[in-house]
Formats: sequence, C-alpha cells, structure tokens
Amino acid sequence: MSSTPYGSVPVTVSPAAVEVAGVTKTFGTGKHQVVALTDIDLSIAAGEFISLIGPSGCGKSTLLRIIADLLPASTGTVRVAGRTAREARLDRAYGFAFQQAGLLDWRTVSDNIELPLQLHGVRAKERRARGRELLEMVGLAEFAQRRPPELSGGMQQRVAIARALAERPSLLLMDEPFGALDEMTRERMQDELVKITAETSAAVVFVTHSIPEAVFLSDRVVVMSPRPGRVSTVVPVGLRHQADGSGTSGTEIRESPKFFAAITQVREALRGRELRVDEMSGDAHPGAHGAL
Amino acid sequence: MTALRLTRKTLLALLGLAVLIGLWELYKAVGPLRGGTLFGVPFWARASNGALPHLSAVIDAFGAEEVGGATIIRGAAAPTVFESVLSAAGNSLRWAGVGFALGVVVGLALALLMDALQVLERALLPYIILSQTVPLIALAPLVTGWGQGLSIGPWEWQRWMSVSIIAGYLAFFPVAVGMARGLKSAGAVQTEYFRSVSAGWLPTLKRLKLPASVPFLVPALRLAAAGAVVGTVVGEISIGLEGGIGRLIISYSQGATGDPSRVYAAVIGAAALGLITAAIVSIVDLALRRYQRTGNA
Repeated sequence: MSSTPYGSVPVTVSPAAVEVAGVTKTFGTGKHQVVALTDIDLSIAAGEFISLIGPSGCGKSTLLRIIADLLPASTGTVRVAGRTAREARLDRAYGFAFQQAGLLDWRTVSDNIELPLQLHGVRAKERRARGRELLEMVGLAEFAQRRPPELSGGMQQRVAIARALAERPSLLLMDEPFGALDEMTRERMQDELVKITAETSAAVVFVTHSIPEAVFLSDRVVVMSPRPGRVSTVVPVGLRHQADGSGTSGTEIRESPKFFAAITQVREALRGRELRVDEMSGDAHPGAHGAL
Repeated sequence: MTALRLTRKTLLALLGLAVLIGLWELYKAVGPLRGGTLFGVPFWARASNGALPHLSAVIDAFGAEEVGGATIIRGAAAPTVFESVLSAAGNSLRWAGVGFALGVVVGLALALLMDALQVLERALLPYIILSQTVPLIALAPLVTGWGQGLSIGPWEWQRWMSVSIIAGYLAFFPVAVGMARGLKSAGAVQTEYFRSVSAGWLPTLKRLKLPASVPFLVPALRLAAAGAVVGTVVGEISIGLEGGIGRLIISYSQGATGDPSRVYAAVIGAAALGLITAAIVSIVDLALRRYQRTGNA
C-alpha cells in the first residue's frame, strides 16, 4: 500500500483522505441533460467518518462513485490521499462495499474475502492468514468454508465488508451497505462497523437513507438535496467515539439526549430543503419529491 | 442423497424406455397393417412387418450376418450387423468428437472475441446467425472441395476431416451464442466490484466472467454435442464417406424394402451415439457443479 507505480506522488504531511473540489456531474446531453451534482466541495480528514444523506435523486451514490472513480466527474477534481481518483483506484487505496453484498456464489466465504488479495498476486499463505484475521474481525470464523447463498443477508454483508478491508485501505466507501437489512440486524452491524473502523482507523464515506444510522456512525453528516444534487448542510456529530472503547454501548448512545438532538438537527436540515422545494414547485408537480 | 437421486434418475430412465417399448409393440398389435386415414387424410402409419418390425426382430437383426452388398467393413469375412453398427458408431463418434472439439474451440474463441471488443459483436453476430441458415447439404461438397489436395504439415487432408468440419460447423453455433450471453451474465454489483479493485480484463475474465458463464455453457455444450452428431451423420451421407453410421443407415435402407429391422438397428446405433455424447457433457456438468448457481441452502 505504501509504494505506488506513480513516481510523482506529492509528499505532503498526512493529506486529506478525500478532497472533492468543484465537482459537477451531468448525465446525457442537450434536452435530455440531467444535472446530478453541482458544485460539490467536500474535504474528509484521515480517519474521519462521513455520511451522505438525502432523498432519492440527490446524487449521493453518484458522488460516492465519482470518489471511487467508477464514474467520471464532468468538471472539478477529486483527490484521494493525495492522488487523483483514478490513481487511487489503480492503487487500491480504497475498499468499496455495495448495497448488495455482491459476493461470488461459487466461492467459499474465505475465498471471497481473499479475492482482492488473489487478484493482486498476494501469495496463498499470506492470503490465508489475512483471510482468517478478517473472518475473526467480522465474527464469521466458523463459516469460512460455507458459500454465500447459505448465509443470511447480514452475514453476507459482513463478508463484503471484510472483503473491502482485505487490503487495509485507508478509505472505505460504503453505498447503503445495510439498506437491505432488518432494523435489529442493522443496529448490530452499525455497532460492529464502529468497532471495526476504530480498529482500522480508516476514513469512511457512508451513503445512507437512514437518519439514525447516519447520526450514530458519523463524525459529520453531509445533508444533500436534489434537483440539482448539492450539499445543503453539514451537521457535526461524533457520538461514535463514545462507543469505540470507553465502554458505552451502542444502545446507550442511541437512547441518549445528544443522539436525539442530532437526529432532530439532521431531520430539520432535510425538511428545510424540502419545504423550500415545495414552495418553489407549488402545485405543478405534486408528489415529485418527498422521498423521505 | 446423491446416490438416491441417481438411482431414481436411472429408474425413471428405464421406465421411460419401457413405456416406449410398450407403445411400439402396442401400435404393432392394434395398428392397421396397410395404414389408415383419419378424416380422410392418410394418418395411421403402416404396422406391417415391412414398415414396423417387432422389436425382437430388430434385436435379432443385430445378430444377423452382414450380406455381401452392404459390407461396410473390409477384411474379416461376414461380420454380424451388430459388429458393423458398433464399428460404424465408433468411427462416427470419433469424427463427431473432433467436430465437437473444433466447434467448442471456435465457439469459445468467437465469444471471447466479441466480449473483448464490442464492435466485433455487432459485426460478427449477424453472420454467426446467418451461418446456420446455410443448408448442410450445400455445404458438404464445398468443404470437400476446399479440403482436396490440402495438407497440414506432413498430414494430408483426410476425407473424414470434411465430416468433422461439417460437424463443427453445427457445433460452434450454440457455444458462440451461449457463451456470448454467459460472459455478460455476471451481476452488475460483481462487475463494479472488479472495477473498484482495478482488476484487468484477463483476471476479470478468469475470476468473474468465465465462472459466471457456466450456467450458460453447459446447455450450450449439450446442444453442440447433439449438433456434432447430426452434422457427422448428415456429413457422411452428403460426402459419401463410408465406414460411419450415417452411411450405414443409407446402405441398410437401400436393402430395406423387405426387412426394415436393420435400418432400425442402425438408427439405434445413431441414437446411442447421441446418448454417449450427452453422457460426456453430463460429466462436464458434474465437474462444474459448483458454478451452477442453484443455491444449495
């Protein structure tokens, strides 16, 4: 992870994990052009946990994919740990976890976790060792030789997260990874994610629809609004640090007044946006928004 | 579990065979000897011995001695029909096997080519489909024509090679089309994942696209195997190559006016060919079981 094939990496003191400057994204051309994102500026510090939240169509997944270099930005620049997004992808500087686990059904759980290492030519012995370590971390050691279809949705998602962490990335990009899980599993997964990110000290960009989830996990919640997609407010939270070592349980945090206060703050940030859109569009497009 | 399933499968197959034999003999017993009409249209096939022999007669035919005019195998004097059919089926199986292998290689190569270059897909696919509308009978003399006088290194062109090429011509099609589809069948999330870890074309092919295409490959191979057998039989007949099952069917049917049981014997030989190739594909199927996304949970 330290050496890169690119000789000209600027030597800076701990560059920001992600630096997004003036990014816009448009799909299509002419009459059918859709502006998905306009003028996004966002800086994420090393080790910081950021959530992107907003109604459907606000471009949060698009922004995540631009950071991952899975989509090109129309204008603007993205730098990941001091490199361009493309360099960062080629250099495997980040791990990506998707809404669907996206595992390979013909491989065992441990072979799935070791896949990125195998793709990058890590020797079998080393691979096995790292695989076991990750399986322990996500608590699936006894399922190593099972295949994904035998696992529950939550377990599959844990495998996908372990796979994303396999190469010890300093940045984890997550696109609604718990979106398909039931509420109970979801909270347990959130507790585990807080623990895991504290252990790995990776920065995280986390896309979600859920206000409590964003508030529980994040240092900062980035509230986005649609048409065109943009950042409307950034709400600082940082409750997670109470959970990652000081003995405070996830449940205690979720029942604390601070938690509710932050939820209210984020909800209002989202609502405020919606009200304005309401006023702007009048009765012309009833039901054209309000996805939350 | 699997042993039980296998026994059940075998029993069902035997039951199917028994039903078939039963229907055959039933028709033989009650069917009109000279054929019959239904609503004034000739419909009922003749059940006379000249048209539909007893199964026992077909089995007897296997043991009968080959008669002079229809001798296929030279050398040993007067082999039985069974020996003739066996040896002819063996030859045809070899030619079909070469054709099958050829078809699979060409089909896979075309599918990979189309996968690597999208432009090629649009350019090639219409011609691949068009290729199957050319009648084999028209193709056969052309292939022999091209082959004549050709030599690959020290080996001269053999006439059976033309038959294998015709077999391959039928066999490559399902493989090319099935694989082209199979290589596209990997999930969107999986595909995006491979991009996110900057996996190149070859690793993506090896670890994602090929495994994902197996559920499409196995039925394609099954069709290709059947195609290779049909191509071999038709190829032999249209080229006039002796020694195979196709030629044997023709030569038996020429002497069949009195005794059709030999034709049926040869047809059974051809059907056995099909079964053998199907069995070979089933072994491939078993070997690739874990890539078949049936989900065993």
